[in-house]
Amino acid sequence: MASDDAFHDTQQMMESINRFMSDSVPHNRELGLRVVELGEEGATVRLPYSENLVGNPETGVLHGGAVTTLIDATCGIAVFSKMARMARIATLDLRIDYLHPATPGKELLARAECYKLTRAVAFVRALAHHGDANDPVASAQGTFIIVED
Amino acid sequence: MESIAHILRQVRQTGEYRLLTDVIPYTRFLGIGVENTTGEVLCRMRFSPMLIGNSSLPALHGGTLGALLESAAIFELLLRTQEERVPKIISITVDFLRSGRPQDTLAKATITRLGRRVANLQVQAWQEDRGKPIASANALFLLS
Repeated sequence: MASDDAFHDTQQMMESINRFMSDSVPHNRELGLRVVELGEEGATVRLPYSENLVGNPETGVLHGGAVTTLIDATCGIAVFSKMARMARIATLDLRIDYLHPATPGKELLARAECYKLTRAVAFVRALAHHGDANDPVASAQGTFIIVED
Repeated sequence: MESIAHILRQVRQTGEYRLLTDVIPYTRFLGIGVENTTGEVLCRMRFSPMLIGNSSLPALHGGTLGALLESAAIFELLLRTQEERVPKIISITVDFLRSGRPQDTLAKATITRLGRRVANLQVQAWQEDRGKPIASANALFLLS
């Protein structure tokens, strides 16, 4: 069945992206980033909480830079998802609004959607949250260049 | 742990930036320090292999450059104002201009407006040639 094939492909793609991240993206491996959901609509990636990522030792709140890394990685994967394959891409710009501080001790999820793909440029938006996308920690918008087709 | 306010008072008196950069776990983790060897306060992210985002080029992970730019802005605010707490980021826009080579990266933040509640900063990051920035950012912070 076509739907079974599509599911199989998505699963395969998710596995290969996770393998790619742990083999070829040292920083994503260091942070423990994992793709937890992937589909035509976009991608969701998980960042486990770690003491190393704290930006304010008085509150235990994550550093914005860790959120930037999670969102950048998730947006890139959403572009692969839209292209239905992996290509060489590079981030051109990324804007992040911090809506409220991340809760110390909790893992962070980012959900990204590539809402427009041209031959050269991909436009992406993303939300970071603790499990409830209606209560986001951060909202982002970015553009990527497709370096090779 | 000593309070940030106490550490800031020490750092402002002695110029021992390390007291501050080491107390923030994420900057310690990424190897980001503050230095003043040329009469100008700069931020340096020492290269380490775990900062790589693309092994085949190789190139630094864009997220680590974003983190360096944001950290440079935070340290600029902490060292140039009388803030007693880590300022809260409101928003940041990062432009990625060139890929980051596997080497140290420097950053300089400039306060473009310091209001009572909000600070605007412009940040540049470069490697060997300051005239060829690899990333830049505009950032907004809420002051305590």
